[in-house]
Amino acid sequence: MDGSKADPLTGEQRIRNFNINFGPQHPAAHGVLRMVLELDGEIVDRVDPHIGLLHRGTEKLMESRTYLQNLPYFDRLDYVAPMNQEHAWCLAIEKLVGAEVPYRGQLIRVLFCEIGRILNHLLNVTTQAMDVGALTPPLWGFEEREKLMVFYERACGARLHAAYFRPGGVHQDLPDELLEDIADWCDPFLQVCDDLEELLTENRIFKQRNVDIAVITVEEAQAYGFSGVMVRGSGWAWDLRRAQPYECYNEMEFQIPVGKNGDCYDRYLCRMDEMRESVKIMKQCLERLANCKGAPVITTDGKMAPPRRGEMKSSMEALIHHFKLYTEGFRVPEGEVYAAVEAPKGEFGVYLVSDGSNKPYKCKIRAPGYPHLAAMDHICRGHQLADVSAILGSLDIVFGEIDR
Amino acid sequence: MSDALIELGEMIASNRSDEVDGHGVANGELTVFTTGSGLHALVQYLQENPACAFTTLIDITAVDFPQRETRFEVVYHFLSMRQNHRVRVKLSCGEDDVIPSINDIHPSANWFEREVFDMYGILFSGHPDLRRILTDYGFRGYPLRKDFPTTGYTEVRYDETAKRVVYEPVSLVQEYRTFDFMSPWEGADYILPGDEKQGTS
Repeated sequence: MDGSKADPLTGEQRIRNFNINFGPQHPAAHGVLRMVLELDGEIVDRVDPHIGLLHRGTEKLMESRTYLQNLPYFDRLDYVAPMNQEHAWCLAIEKLVGAEVPYRGQLIRVLFCEIGRILNHLLNVTTQAMDVGALTPPLWGFEEREKLMVFYERACGARLHAAYFRPGGVHQDLPDELLEDIADWCDPFLQVCDDLEELLTENRIFKQRNVDIAVITVEEAQAYGFSGVMVRGSGWAWDLRRAQPYECYNEMEFQIPVGKNGDCYDRYLCRMDEMRESVKIMKQCLERLANCKGAPVITTDGKMAPPRRGEMKSSMEALIHHFKLYTEGFRVPEGEVYAAVEAPKGEFGVYLVSDGSNKPYKCKIRAPGYPHLAAMDHICRGHQLADVSAILGSLDIVFGEIDR
Repeated sequence: MSDALIELGEMIASNRSDEVDGHGVANGELTVFTTGSGLHALVQYLQENPACAFTTLIDITAVDFPQRETRFEVVYHFLSMRQNHRVRVKLSCGEDDVIPSINDIHPSANWFEREVFDMYGILFSGHPDLRRILTDYGFRGYPLRKDFPTTGYTEVRYDETAKRVVYEPVSLVQEYRTFDFMSPWEGADYILPGDEKQGTS
């Protein structure tokens, strides 16, 4: 034990590795994560993350609810960018049903997905900076997040748990004033990005804590099932929005930022650039939205999407549809499907098995953070204890989606 | 897209006829069926063959069909970033079957297999550390099996006298509500109240 049993021949003391518990209430754990770290001095020898402290059994609960009732569960997965999750669920259903989303609905979806991406990256970049000792970035970043949440609220009535994307489109059309306000927000936000970069990018402490930390090669990234920024940071321009486009992403113009070294610092730079690209996409959406005012935002198929309120006052059929949709719900044909979106954290996928009834037979949620956190042991080995929180921050972990 | 997938499926099936137990394309997605003994070699092939290049394991999960003879279906999703296509590999497995772990080919399988074990009780041979992952320490039962109740069997609360968290059997103050919204005119397999005599006359 520690110094107690010296080797009788050499007189060297045997030193045992030191185990410490990181979390479950550690401020840098970004939620409830318990990690058992085995330390050799200050060097990490082994990491054993214990997850599941936020496990709510989402997948089990979903099996006893209708497709529409399940939608709000997706807001509660990655609660930093709720609408991106709903998107995957809606895409899975639409793929199985074969429903078409009207063009205006697609534009609104893309617009709010990009808002979600900015929401996520703002939180991640700034809190990761806080993990390595900077206090100002979160204060600046959260101010912008607040504005974006107000946009969420004005679109759907909720700041966080939106339930705005519906199978077949989005719940309601956006008011013109909201679109104007989003347009007014875009350019000043680019300035905020520059300000944040001025705080961090050339900051000596920030670079010392992030450059050459957790270097991931492209091969490793694939072997460990990484996606999103974790792959792009290593230099592979892999983005589902470009590679397997969904909605109207194929007509949007945007760049895919890639890193060079695959370390924490490159991933930070990628995220900053992605926010700028998101603003670009948002502007294109706003431009196109102005050209198709008043067009439907949700499919007009009464078997899938509820009728408009006004229609219900005069049409008996609409009233029946409304009643049927909100009691029984719509049915999804038998089959299985996997739909994935490029969520801010990586590939968020939904594997849906339907037995032809109004409830999913099985739904598996593929959270991007899950394989990222699983690779923690591999990434952290040989790093210092203080790097663990920097790495954790740069993996972009949110426990809502990992524990499900 | 779909033609290329059909071609790919046929190529995999003809090159690996020992391990592949059928394939098909549905909803624009390729599914390859395999067996427990052929899985490891097939996954290795899918990763190494340059036309497949499925180097990223996306997900492993299982589906429970209690009425089937072999009740579980284990589902693997793979992605090739190089070729930009996906494949789903499926195999059926009984309650007592052991499936070879693919952890040595795809290190990311580690946690996915642990989760399948945790949720369905399916065992993987050759897995370095097959522990429960998402459920509580000391949890019993396999939650995602269809015969596991949604309420579970135990609940926890903080006991003021014992000064610690205690586990107790679940007691519901009102009956667990399962709403049946299926239309009585189509799909429901029960007799409506008042309709009891209908079939008999």
